[in-house]
Amino acid sequence: MRPIREAFETFQRAPLLSALSVTTIAFSLFALGLFGLVALNIREALERLEDRVEIRAFVAEGTAPEDVAQAASDIASFPEVLSAQLLSQEQALRRAQTELGEFRDVFEGAVLPGSIDLRLRPGQRDPATVKRVAERVKAYSFIDDIRYGEEWIEKLYRLRNIAGIAGLILGLVFAVVSVIIIGATIRMTVLARAKEISIMRLVGATDGYIRRPFLVEGFAKGVMGGLLALVLTWVAQSLINKYVIQAIFFDVRVAVLGLLFGALIGLAGSAVSVGRHLRRV
Amino acid sequence: MIRFTRVTKSYPRTGTAVNDVSLLVNKGEFVFLTGASGAGKTTLLRMVYMDERPSSGEVRVSGTSSVNAGPRDVAKLRRKLGIVFQDFRLLEHRTVEQNVSFALEVIGAPSAVIGGKVNRVLTQVGLAAKGRAFPSELSGGEQQRVAIARALVNDPFALIADEPTGNLDDRATRGVFQLLREINAAGTAIMMATHNLELIRRQEFRTIEMARGQIVFDSAEPTATAKRGP
Repeated sequence: MRPIREAFETFQRAPLLSALSVTTIAFSLFALGLFGLVALNIREALERLEDRVEIRAFVAEGTAPEDVAQAASDIASFPEVLSAQLLSQEQALRRAQTELGEFRDVFEGAVLPGSIDLRLRPGQRDPATVKRVAERVKAYSFIDDIRYGEEWIEKLYRLRNIAGIAGLILGLVFAVVSVIIIGATIRMTVLARAKEISIMRLVGATDGYIRRPFLVEGFAKGVMGGLLALVLTWVAQSLINKYVIQAIFFDVRVAVLGLLFGALIGLAGSAVSVGRHLRRV
Repeated sequence: MIRFTRVTKSYPRTGTAVNDVSLLVNKGEFVFLTGASGAGKTTLLRMVYMDERPSSGEVRVSGTSSVNAGPRDVAKLRRKLGIVFQDFRLLEHRTVEQNVSFALEVIGAPSAVIGGKVNRVLTQVGLAAKGRAFPSELSGGEQQRVAIARALVNDPFALIADEPTGNLDDRATRGVFQLLREINAAGTAIMMATHNLELIRRQEFRTIEMARGQIVFDSAEPTATAKRGP
């Protein structure tokens, strides 16, 4: 009870300093949140793109339809494959005409090859898997040609990896900056109470006893800063959604994780700060 | 109970503050520690409550040794010691009662016993009527009494006082000293550093004089320490 009461008293005694600390924490977490939001939306967009990863195996003209159907059902049972759809010559022509809209006349009287169109399961759409499946499909003698946009799949993956790594690095940098900021704000409270701390030590208080209220204070500031940051990020997302592009927000699990992260940063910052003070005096 | 065995304390920048000091303070003894500024009195006292550790030698206080005491042992030792300074070190935003009860609260004393103990020591130091005053409303002598009450409230076996009358006028000095005598008469050992030779001269207590980090005179062993300078 005492650590909570004392942490609360600190808030009461220095409301401006406390508000300033919470705001600083909130802004550094807000920066982190914004970046997280960007990363999340990039990932979401990439996943939508990934959905379109498709392998198209063209069937040689004159192949018996039963052979093609048999092959399609074999391929559909590959563990990586979500679906294998058969497309006859007529269907291929109709699709091309639909996709080309006003230029549909180009295909008047044309003959397009039939194909087996594969969709891969989520998590199996990386370049290596796509290539492996394509090679296996190509092994069928009646498959003339195979297309799977090798180059753009690789680009897509590279982009995703870069976004992931950049997110991780920037996230870590922001986390470290937040720890330093929280450490500095807690340090102000520690210094404001330096006399009290020295008296506590003289009369035999343990370091743990002295440290606890500051840890509670750091934790509380972290949680409050986290909450404020969450609200700010939500407002930013709503504005972006309304005026710029459609963007998604963190789900509850990530939001709670963010709050916990704020609390953890608060704890770490105050632990570092108080620990340093106690070692020095 | 307080034993220094060949204790030396050196600082990298300022050199040797205490040089090869051996000393025994017995239970219930009253010891004056005197000497010029910089003679090593404060360093010696700080080593008693283990705010400083010797560079060599050993300080042993009530079973706790400077050689191997961890932070927890030091905290426990300090609960058995009372420490008083020239500058009182009171918390300005707390009342007299709160300053004294603070010493009990921080060591986790049950709240049921705190009130009674605080009243008892405030009566002992003659401040029972001023429990609700703030330090800034008290005279210097009264503030030092509050500091002494805080040091006493844990029933220490020894009181370490570093120039407790240094900031007080003659009258207040006499009052505080009389209080220390009473505390000592009740069985608490006292180690008191002071510049006030007048005070020492009038008493029959053991007197240790330090110079340049060494004990140059000890009234308990006048022959053994006859290194007194000219």
